[in-house]
Amino acid sequence: MTTLVDAPVTPAADDASARRRWAGPIGLGLIGLVSFIFFGIGSGGGNETTFSVARQSDFFTIPTLTVPSQLTATALSVIALALAGLAVWATLQRRTLGWWLPVVFTIAVMGSLLTWAGAGREGTNVQITGLLTSAIVLSIPLVFGALSGTLCERSGVINIAIEGQLLFGAFLAALVASATGNAYAGLVAAPLAGALVGALLAIFAVKYWVDQIVVGVVLNVLVIGLTSFLFGSLMRDNPNLNQSMSLGRLPVPVLSEIPIIGPVLFNHNALVYIMYVTVIVLHIMLFKSRWGLRVRAVGEHPKAADTVGIKVNRTRVRNVILGGAIAGLGGAFFTVAAGLAFGKEMTAGKGFIALAAMILGRWSPKGALLAALLFGFADALRLQLGIMGSPIPSQFLGMLPYLATIFAVAGLVGFAKPPAAEGKPYKK
Amino acid sequence: MSESTATTDRSSADGPESEGSPEEAGRDFGRLMREITQSDLLVVVFAIFAAMLLGGLLVVLADKDVLATTGYFFSRPGDFFAAVGGTLSSVFTTMFQGAIYNTNASDVAVGIRPFTQTLTVATPLILAGLGLGLGFRAGLFNIGAQGQIIIGATVGAYVGFAWDLPVVLHLIVAVVGCVLGGAIWGFIPGFLKARTGAHEVITTIMLNYIALNLVSFALSKTAFQRPGSTNPQSPLIAETAEYPLILGSAYNLHLGFLLALAAAGGVWWLLERSTWGFQFRAVGANPHAARTAGMSVSKVYILVMVTAGALAGLAGSAQILGTEHSLTAGVAASFGFDAITVALLGRSRPLGIVFAALLFGALRAAGPALQVQAGVPVDIVLVIQSLIVLFIAAPPLVRTMFRLPAPAHVKEVAA
Repeated sequence: MTTLVDAPVTPAADDASARRRWAGPIGLGLIGLVSFIFFGIGSGGGNETTFSVARQSDFFTIPTLTVPSQLTATALSVIALALAGLAVWATLQRRTLGWWLPVVFTIAVMGSLLTWAGAGREGTNVQITGLLTSAIVLSIPLVFGALSGTLCERSGVINIAIEGQLLFGAFLAALVASATGNAYAGLVAAPLAGALVGALLAIFAVKYWVDQIVVGVVLNVLVIGLTSFLFGSLMRDNPNLNQSMSLGRLPVPVLSEIPIIGPVLFNHNALVYIMYVTVIVLHIMLFKSRWGLRVRAVGEHPKAADTVGIKVNRTRVRNVILGGAIAGLGGAFFTVAAGLAFGKEMTAGKGFIALAAMILGRWSPKGALLAALLFGFADALRLQLGIMGSPIPSQFLGMLPYLATIFAVAGLVGFAKPPAAEGKPYKK
Repeated sequence: MSESTATTDRSSADGPESEGSPEEAGRDFGRLMREITQSDLLVVVFAIFAAMLLGGLLVVLADKDVLATTGYFFSRPGDFFAAVGGTLSSVFTTMFQGAIYNTNASDVAVGIRPFTQTLTVATPLILAGLGLGLGFRAGLFNIGAQGQIIIGATVGAYVGFAWDLPVVLHLIVAVVGCVLGGAIWGFIPGFLKARTGAHEVITTIMLNYIALNLVSFALSKTAFQRPGSTNPQSPLIAETAEYPLILGSAYNLHLGFLLALAAAGGVWWLLERSTWGFQFRAVGANPHAARTAGMSVSKVYILVMVTAGALAGLAGSAQILGTEHSLTAGVAASFGFDAITVALLGRSRPLGIVFAALLFGALRAAGPALQVQAGVPVDIVLVIQSLIVLFIAAPPLVRTMFRLPAPAHVKEVAA
């Protein structure tokens, strides 16, 4: 059966007897080469790129950093190529490299891209701090959604309804916050909404053995219909039930004063801190606790789990409801955390990107976090390049998460293997 | 996945039997009654009934006139029930008038306009639903109709406005363009599934968004932009590339509808009478057995997805050449997703899909009238639609709700 390891994100083969997987290293090499030719050489000699990191509100200011574009972009591309070379070497040696490699590789290529985009633009700085901050913020619903998917799929239930859970969470958060006049009440209501959708998924998938993908797809339609309907009737007739309420910023004392790291990580609203805690707790619980072992057993081999006395269907129902609650909490991002009123279909497919993050993150909370951050960063980059007026069409950056996911599921970059029993109802 | 296909196949195996044994049933009235109450058709009817009821309930609960009467419910309950009755009757009357026959019209020609609108809206639903149903029968859960419609419509639109061709030829070439565009977009997940085992649910969802990004990219380029317009929309397609209106210019019903019916016949023939269709169904029932029997499962996956994509591309042609005439990013509306519910409701059978598409087409056609006359947001249609499919997907739930006897084969499974 499948080994239950927290598979590190690595392009190399996991097993000495396995066939060497060349697609990963070759992919990295190609991306590095593109980075070298387009961003490195393409930056043009004599141009300079200015990065600004500090904001006026900071504890002490760091001056802007101006670097020669071509040299910097080329150097970063060479680092990326070297990492690709390392991946090739590791594949030859049948060694496994840690998750740091793709992370550092991505940072190098992104740095090269930013240097190129900012090359020779007088007066337009690349706002590093702003970029990273918005990357964190934009990844919130993706992280919660991907965690929800991870929790459900680890127990063997496919959760396509993440989108619906996010949307219903966003809706109820806005409704309750507006009705009570307290944004935090919305933050409490959001997970309840998600859990409700999760409970429906659990009833149909576990009790009635309906195809999990069918239920998920239909639940998404149901939530879109229901929230849009109530938005157009109840909320339109009573505008005071849909106001823009906002969770205030809660800067962490001292930590938020650190340059760059402070504003990026520790100057947010409560939802972001909840996200940090949720990721850490879930990762430890899933891989280090008895509960986590049971959940994974149910997802990989329900019959074996049943034999040793684990209640398979009860575990699944609980996990799906808990997962729904987590995704619902992520839905609060769209309304109370962003300080916006509810809008029709405002989640705009983020639930599906979260699904993609879950797959890229290989069904682990830590991986889900990294993948969601990557997608959040791609989104932030799209916005920043849009402001700077970059030659890359924003639609291509918009496609990036989806393309990455297709490559991942097709096994071109590493290999994503879902829990063995997912999608199959358990019948004694 | 395999379970649901197994269930549908079992029901399909039962279908012809119950239809094909009228003499026996006639001899034994009790047995006929049992067959009717145990049949899937009755579940479908009750599911639709329950969904409409819940939808109506939702409208009533959100209605401001009804809400106003709840304030003094105990002093004058009559007002509350009058408001509920008034809202319900206005909703269902408006739906009937918006989708089937406008009883307020002066003559029949105007009166049947809503019905032709229902047929027009049903056209892309039939076509895309056929494609998805074909996939379900082969065990492929294709969520990618949306992207396939978009790419098909994009190619068709380009042929329609950029090329200058003689009358009949232009339409044919444009339709072929739509079909090719959809087929290519269907080929990708089929190929990936066959070659790498990449799950088609994930790849098709992702391809939907890639298609959306592609079309909005295309619309930002001069080749696709309407001269003098800053909106992301293409020029109008040439009249030579439009589907002719089959009932004259007073109605929107276009040739695409007849094409959809023909496609339904074609898909029926393909599935039930051709060798390929047999292979499709065999792979859907059990890919391992099909492989053992010497069928190429990979080839079937690719072929099914290409055909499904081609049909979705035809749905795109109904949109671009039939009703929209100009490409926008929203050209597919939500037909690709609605088609999933159509295929599920139609149990992946061509005839079932046609009826399901007509039902959902009617619901959709009634949408604008609901919004304008009854003040009910169109989105109620989505609620009813998804409830119908949820109920149908879980026959035991409907049977419990309406206390119908369980069919024999379900009891066997439970035992």
